[in-house]
Amino acid sequence: MVLACGSVLAGPAHAQLPPNIIALRKAALEEVIRKVTGGALVRPGRVKLDIPPLIENGNSVPLTVRVESSMTAADHVRAIHVFTEKNPQPNLISAHLGPRAGRATVSVRARIADTGLVIAIAQMSDGSYWSDSAQPVVTLSACLEDGLI
Amino acid sequence: MSRVVVNVPATARRGEVIEIRTLAGHDMETGFRRTQLGELVPRNIITKLLCTYNGVEIFSADLHPAVAANPLIAFTTVATESGTLQFRWIGDNGYSATQTASITVV
Repeated sequence: MVLACGSVLAGPAHAQLPPNIIALRKAALEEVIRKVTGGALVRPGRVKLDIPPLIENGNSVPLTVRVESSMTAADHVRAIHVFTEKNPQPNLISAHLGPRAGRATVSVRARIADTGLVIAIAQMSDGSYWSDSAQPVVTLSACLEDGLI
Repeated sequence: MSRVVVNVPATARRGEVIEIRTLAGHDMETGFRRTQLGELVPRNIITKLLCTYNGVEIFSADLHPAVAANPLIAFTTVATESGTLQFRWIGDNGYSATQTASITVV
């Protein structure tokens, strides 16, 4: 156990999962993102994903997504999607909003299984996609025991 | 049975952006956990939250098992007119809960 923890600190962030599962999770993440965007280009920027850098308990992680937008009828955020790389399913939440939101902000509490990528993607009314990502370190997983299969 | 709470300001100025916080009491069983005997616990989550303002939908969210138990979701809206906000949660096994909140816009 001590060795395992040591390797997490020393090695790359994905050292907690076997490599074949890492590859499966990456492919699943890419697929759900493609499903949401329809293959459109996702550019970094305009989105701010607020998540604690160190998560002591992955069962309840407060996260907030803010998108820079004037939120007018002509230019607003249509949807905000959040994905995680290491959960058994990559989807976390898809929020649909419109110009009546006033501000493009959504907060939610998430379960995060393991240290890995968390991505927020915003779909704008003009059809463009913007994203932000974070790599929080999780010390207590949301899916202990065999939840990582 | 199902306990849901919403937090909406009672009064707001016209055009003000107000924050709405919603909380539903629900285990959000992921479907990935096992019992001591090794059987999978079936998935039982809230899958959708809908919010209408005087009958017009202003916000909806699709939830997945990665949302924590007792899902707390916060979002914003512009206070346009006095009236009621209705919230509806829909989930697995026929789960359904509604809550309303009234707002006075001055």
